[in-house]
Amino acid sequence: MHRLDARVKLVLVLAYVLTTALAPQGAWAVYLLLFSLVTAAYILSELPLKKVYLRSLIALPFALAALPLIFTLPGPAWFSLKLGQITLTASTTGAERAISILLKVWLSVQAGIFLSAVTSRNALLAAMRALKLPRLLVSVMGLMWRYLDLMIAEARRLLRARASRSTSSPLTGQRNGGKITWRANVTGGMAGSLMLRSLERSERVYQAMLSRGYDGESRETRHHPLTGKDRLILFSGLVVLLGINLLALLWTL
Amino acid sequence: MRYSPVAMHIPDGFLSVLVSIIFWIISAAFIAVALKRVSRDLGEREAPLMGVLAAAIFAGQMLNFTVTGGTSGHLLGAALAAILVGPWAAMLVMTAVVATQALIFQDGGLVVLGANLFNMAVVGVAVGYTVYRLVQNLSGGKRWGMLAGGFLAAWASIFIASLSCALQLSLSGTSPAQIALPTMAGIHALIGIGEGLITFGALAFVLGARPDILSNAQAPTKNSRGLLVGGVALSLLLAVLSPLASSHPDGLEWVAEQSGFLDAARAPWFNIIPDYVLPGIQNEALATILAGVIGVMIVLAAISGLNLSRRRQTVAEEA
Repeated sequence: MHRLDARVKLVLVLAYVLTTALAPQGAWAVYLLLFSLVTAAYILSELPLKKVYLRSLIALPFALAALPLIFTLPGPAWFSLKLGQITLTASTTGAERAISILLKVWLSVQAGIFLSAVTSRNALLAAMRALKLPRLLVSVMGLMWRYLDLMIAEARRLLRARASRSTSSPLTGQRNGGKITWRANVTGGMAGSLMLRSLERSERVYQAMLSRGYDGESRETRHHPLTGKDRLILFSGLVVLLGINLLALLWTL
Repeated sequence: MRYSPVAMHIPDGFLSVLVSIIFWIISAAFIAVALKRVSRDLGEREAPLMGVLAAAIFAGQMLNFTVTGGTSGHLLGAALAAILVGPWAAMLVMTAVVATQALIFQDGGLVVLGANLFNMAVVGVAVGYTVYRLVQNLSGGKRWGMLAGGFLAAWASIFIASLSCALQLSLSGTSPAQIALPTMAGIHALIGIGEGLITFGALAFVLGARPDILSNAQAPTKNSRGLLVGGVALSLLLAVLSPLASSHPDGLEWVAEQSGFLDAARAPWFNIIPDYVLPGIQNEALATILAGVIGVMIVLAAISGLNLSRRRQTVAEEA
């Protein structure tokens, strides 16, 4: 899977996420098929499943926002909760909807994790360009990724510097001092410093690019045409997803 | 690895496909305009400037300060970026940041990326820039105006973006407006204060260290256009929100009903759009939305007409 062309992977993952989004609520068979698809992809790529599932929990906080649907969506009553004076009635349609959303979120996140795990950054950029994304946008993202680690390290240094100068510490159990506005101001200064450094660094980067012949045009390597194997996988992948979409369509009938 | 600071990155599955597609189209349109504008204004240095700034904004979202106990305030950065490099470049910067978060870190979905981009890269930047410019004009370009403008711009960018997010959720049927709106609005009214304070501090720092950067950003090209776009987007948004928000009668009307002097009001001479609902359209919500949109268009036309006539006047005077 790692060796598969990035364009194929990008298109298939996007098609997968779209299929998941189109699936109607409560189409359990469809969800199962989609789950087996993504799990198969992981197994074929020899990725550690446990790590992937741990990482997919990142979407959990926002996903919990779907829970109120159990009570707000009208439908046949399922059970009731009494909270003081308020009685919350859960509906089966609401529960179905909430669970469907949670499953969809989980499946989509897994697909996203798959894409970023098996595709190198450069390959991903080239794939985006091949899919006709605007050149400037792709170069901005490319440069951003190039300097991301540097900027994150700088942000970490700022945080560490602040921590080493602050009174709060897990050893003493003391809290941060000062008013909240002061703390926010300090953080603001850190952010401002980060922004300024980035602007001045970009100046240096630009000069460096100029001295190496940059003229405003970012050129890209010629794309290899897709090999037969790539084409086969792309085609069969799209056919399978189309089939799942048709199944989802039949489900609603 | 990433802390998810602002609770606005919608995951896949939360928005209906129709809403996702609509906002993809809207965001794509704005980004296309931004690409053209930036190429014209910045020229060659655009890519390194925006790329490194995008990396800095992404990293800057990790900077936090403790509010109480376990919670902390974070930075989104849309308003700050808009103030530092102008609205169109900031839009591209935030696009890169949000897209990277979705693509690499799964913070936000791929199908709903268009909607997330709209909330954070388009609305966040446009509202932040508009408010900042307004406060600047009001204060006559003084230093306190820049700082206060930064605070208000940052707060507004978060708040309005959260309204947009709630709108998308309720349009998709994921969360009814009565729950989504007050929840999102309430939470982000508070989060916005954190953003405002951090932006304030950041601007103070930049003003102290490199005031020329901010004064460079003051000399914009054709920026009344950007202002107009921001204001229009804002008004359209609110126009669409009004029917969904609540069907309670206007505050004054309610009081009037209670006190019994509602009937005392005279019927107007003419009823172009009676009761803010276009006659002839069945669905009341749709009708209200259309009425709001038409109203905004009329105001827009009036402003443009005024601008045109003023320009003709100055040309005539110079001639």
